[in-house]
Amino acid sequence: MSFMPYVAPEQLMKDRSDYAHKGIARGRSVIGLEYADGLLFIAENPSATLHKISEIYDRIAFAGVGKYSEFEELRIAGIRLADMRGYSYGREDVKARDLANAYSQALSTIFTQQMKPYEVEILVGEVDGEQDGTSLYHVLFDGSVSDEHGCVAVGGHADELTDSMRQRYADSWDLATAVRTSVEVLGSPESRTVDPATVEAGVLDRARDARRKFRRLSPDEVSGLLA
Amino acid sequence: MTDRVRLPASGTPFGASPSFVDLLRADHPEAVPNVPEGAALAHATTVLGLRYADGVVMAGDRRATAGNLIADAKMRKVFPADDYSAIGIAGAAGQAVELVKLFQLELEHYEKITGDRLSLEGKANRLAQMIRSNFPMAMQGLVVVPLFGGFDQRQGRGRIYYYDATGGRWEERDYQTTGSGGLPAKNSLKKRWREGLTREEAVRVAVEALLDAAEDDAATGGPDVLRHNYPIVMTVTTDGADDVDEADVRAAVDALAAERGA
Repeated sequence: MSFMPYVAPEQLMKDRSDYAHKGIARGRSVIGLEYADGLLFIAENPSATLHKISEIYDRIAFAGVGKYSEFEELRIAGIRLADMRGYSYGREDVKARDLANAYSQALSTIFTQQMKPYEVEILVGEVDGEQDGTSLYHVLFDGSVSDEHGCVAVGGHADELTDSMRQRYADSWDLATAVRTSVEVLGSPESRTVDPATVEAGVLDRARDARRKFRRLSPDEVSGLLA
Repeated sequence: MTDRVRLPASGTPFGASPSFVDLLRADHPEAVPNVPEGAALAHATTVLGLRYADGVVMAGDRRATAGNLIADAKMRKVFPADDYSAIGIAGAAGQAVELVKLFQLELEHYEKITGDRLSLEGKANRLAQMIRSNFPMAMQGLVVVPLFGGFDQRQGRGRIYYYDATGGRWEERDYQTTGSGGLPAKNSLKKRWREGLTREEAVRVAVEALLDAAEDDAATGGPDVLRHNYPIVMTVTTDGADDVDEADVRAAVDALAAERGA
């Protein structure tokens, strides 16, 4: 008969939490912020094809940090949930809050019941109507979810980045200012300049004249905004 | 799910399926559209597609019939499928509209999951599979017969695909029609189509073919000047899939009326 040594629940949760934190701290960060026309997600990502930032639905976007395979799985699950809900009900019935709740439930279950917690943190953003319709949810590896305002960073140097963003942040920034400041802040913890070619950025642009508000900024556009 | 591969050793699915239809079939089979037997159905009638200098023009009349009644005089039968393709439908109207909705979502879902658009060939193939699998009734005469046209970014030209009720698919080089008024419309296109039509000419050729179809087929509605009811015409080019303004369609109708001495 196998023998399981007793481990206090507090210790068990702490070990898992430390493990997840370490995994996330190894990766690069994403900054999410509100700007004049909507929401910007921006990250340093050496890969041009393995994205951290993605479209989920007409007015909803996703950003993930940590282990790629894990947040990619969550991203796909989110798109499936949103498309299925939009097909069964109506397109305007798909809400970021429901999605954030679903992520929170899933991550919480994984954190408590599986051998290994997911080493991810995600952001779910939505633009709706005018500026007060913007929402930004931050979901952690253990399923805890918070509603953010203005700007937030997740990933490697999250706390440092969030602090330096908040010191400089103003909510009526245009896109160029938002991109420029975020890129400066992304390089600040290691006191270096981020190469514009490695910047991945996507916006939910409420001024965009289309049903789908998400738009990925091309490398040329990013270089243009930084110039 | 059909396009997920199973690894022989583990038995776990390998790769995420980018198909919304597969997801729907697995999770909500009751929501997959199909036709109940013996139902009274509205029929959508004539749609056509033709290639011109910048891409393709897709057009359809506005009439849906149920027996000898007009079920809908202002139905839309040509829809954008995604940014670079359009789909026109003839056949059982309710199912056809449902098929379009599902197809649009299928393309969008694929694009979001994979981060890449399907090739035009891929879209056309997927549509054939959807007709085959979703509409078994098609074989018994309750048919949904689409026409699919788009701009092939890789080849830099417009392409048109034609389907039959068995899900068979082939590419048309220049023009094609479908629906009850398809034959007169095709005869009209045969006379009028030529290589390298401009946008204005292509719209006019399309409108003329629909007019000819309406003259010979009771189920096809002609342009109705009194009620401002004009055919829906779309263009698909490298700049995207767009509706032709009603004013332009109307100008084409007026020019035709003048030419025919009406």
